[in-house]
Amino acid sequence: MMARSITAEPELTTAAPGRAAVRPKRRRNNTWVGIIGWLLGILFFFPVLWMVITSFKTEAQAYTNTPQFVFTPTLEQYKTVFASGIWPYFANSAFATIVSTIFVLLLATPCAFALSLRPVKKTRDVLFFFISTKMLPIVAAIIPIYIAARNLHMLDNIFTLVILYTAMNLPIAVWMMRSFFLEVPGELLEAAEMDGAPLRRTVTEVILPVVAPGLAATALICSIFAWNEFFFAVNLTATQAATVPVFLVGFISSEGLYFAQLCAAATVATLPVILAGWIAQRQLVRGLSFGAIK
Amino acid sequence: MAEVTYDSATCIYPGADRPAVDALQLPIKDGEFVVMVGPSGCGKTTALRMLAGLEEIDDGSIRIDGKDMVGVPSRDRDIAMVFQNYALYPSKTVGENMGFSLKMHGVPKDERARRVREAAKVLDLETLLDRKPRNLSGGQRQRVAMGRAIVREPKVFCMDEPLSNLDAQLRVQTRTQIAELQRRLKVTTVYVTHDQVEAMTMGERVAVMRAGQLQQFDSPTELYDHPANVFVAGFIGSPAMNRFDGTVEDGGIRVRDATLHPPEGQLRAAKGHGKLTVGIRPEHLSVGGEGELTLEVALVEDLGSDSYIYGRLAGDADSHVIVRATRDHPYPGETVKVKVDTAHMHLFDGATGLRVGE
Repeated sequence: MMARSITAEPELTTAAPGRAAVRPKRRRNNTWVGIIGWLLGILFFFPVLWMVITSFKTEAQAYTNTPQFVFTPTLEQYKTVFASGIWPYFANSAFATIVSTIFVLLLATPCAFALSLRPVKKTRDVLFFFISTKMLPIVAAIIPIYIAARNLHMLDNIFTLVILYTAMNLPIAVWMMRSFFLEVPGELLEAAEMDGAPLRRTVTEVILPVVAPGLAATALICSIFAWNEFFFAVNLTATQAATVPVFLVGFISSEGLYFAQLCAAATVATLPVILAGWIAQRQLVRGLSFGAIK
Repeated sequence: MAEVTYDSATCIYPGADRPAVDALQLPIKDGEFVVMVGPSGCGKTTALRMLAGLEEIDDGSIRIDGKDMVGVPSRDRDIAMVFQNYALYPSKTVGENMGFSLKMHGVPKDERARRVREAAKVLDLETLLDRKPRNLSGGQRQRVAMGRAIVREPKVFCMDEPLSNLDAQLRVQTRTQIAELQRRLKVTTVYVTHDQVEAMTMGERVAVMRAGQLQQFDSPTELYDHPANVFVAGFIGSPAMNRFDGTVEDGGIRVRDATLHPPEGQLRAAKGHGKLTVGIRPEHLSVGGEGELTLEVALVEDLGSDSYIYGRLAGDADSHVIVRATRDHPYPGETVKVKVDTAHMHLFDGATGLRVGE
């Protein structure tokens, strides 16, 4: 390396920068970017890793100061979690997530279609209205929502959550789906029109297959948001309709924090989202980078 | 098979200061291959899309077999269109792409399969029927787009620059295939292109358009031999026709220092026009001998069989002259005499640009 840089130096001073002088510099930059990237990655991933590791410890091991990295793993915490009745919560979460996501897709698809492929004068205003509903913090609306739910006798009712999650995710879904629809070449619609396809067949046979990756990405994001939602769930449900995030909070009991148990419960709660993300990974990447590569 | 008539058809885009297509008159015969040609923004594609029902007809009408198409949706016009970027359905196979319109029109499955196979045979697509468009080459996609159109056996084919995404060699090859196919199927075809060579080689009649207005609608030879105005004269033919400013004087037309002697009739017609534009095609100029014009050679393109000489008239730095010559040509920097074949001169009014004489 030394020898090379010495021979390269006269070249640098006399003429235009030689390739030998430029190349190592770029490589060094890449190395730094790589190191920073890895550090950031580990920084983000570490809490998750720590959660998973802790879930395999005993409560005593979980509390040792100077954390233990070498220990005999145990499934004790998972047994406790599953024995403590997580399933109804899981079922509630799954129901609220799946049903609300289906509703969101059913409503957002025609809406986004109209807003992207059949725009009118006020399309921009409508789009802004959609996103403006996300500007109000949910906490500001919780009291009217609570009173409305109470008066409708819908407190602690899973359908309340379904409605709220649908409403909560709809603006995001419309915006996402719209950007996917915008990528559909106009000629495809015209070709279908010339081929004699009515609107419904055009949408189902021509457009939806094209935007399928986008549809999958949207569904996944809505599912994640619905699955992880805590604020509505904790305020509007009690025993019948409580979801997994509410169950997790239950582990912070009055007798103190069962740390390892909480970690095990949290790991279980995270798994469906990670699984869904992993399964939909290819579609998701295609969906989120839709149009970037043609 | 149908007659198509543009009757003062007009299309105005919202906010535009002039119509995209301005009172277009175009009677197209049954089974005819008509090419619309012109520079970008001349309204040719809009005119085609009006026929296809993809643009509004704001004034006038377009009739197919005498039936007014104003307000008739595309799907009810029985027209097939080949798009510039083909617009194949990416999620469908070649076979499904070709059969889609038949499916939409309720044609039974067996019949559909038979017709798709037939069309595929014509276009040499039989082995590709199960492939998706993304696994096809540009030329194959183009053929699928053609197949999608012919499988329907429509009244009219609309083709919007269907060859512009192909490489030069394939374009020439496909050009003849399309023309041949059309002649075999005898389906009225309106074909849009910006390439005048395509227009000349494919069209039975060619409509030259500019700024939304029809300039001339004639057979390729007529367009070439008798252009209606300066624009058509310059647009049709490659390399373009030479154009010089001229004036009528006793016994001839004066172009710079030279006096040219057109046929008597043409000269008589030119009288009273004052300023003229004199058009002479490169093949009607020849180097050597007792030439009337003096040319400073700037560049020579040797094409093997013959050559094109590019230069300026002596004393006129702004003029551009192209002369067709044999392989035995002068070289850049030389000054040569150029002879004009006055029997093939074109004269246009200097102010209106319209053809003078005949």
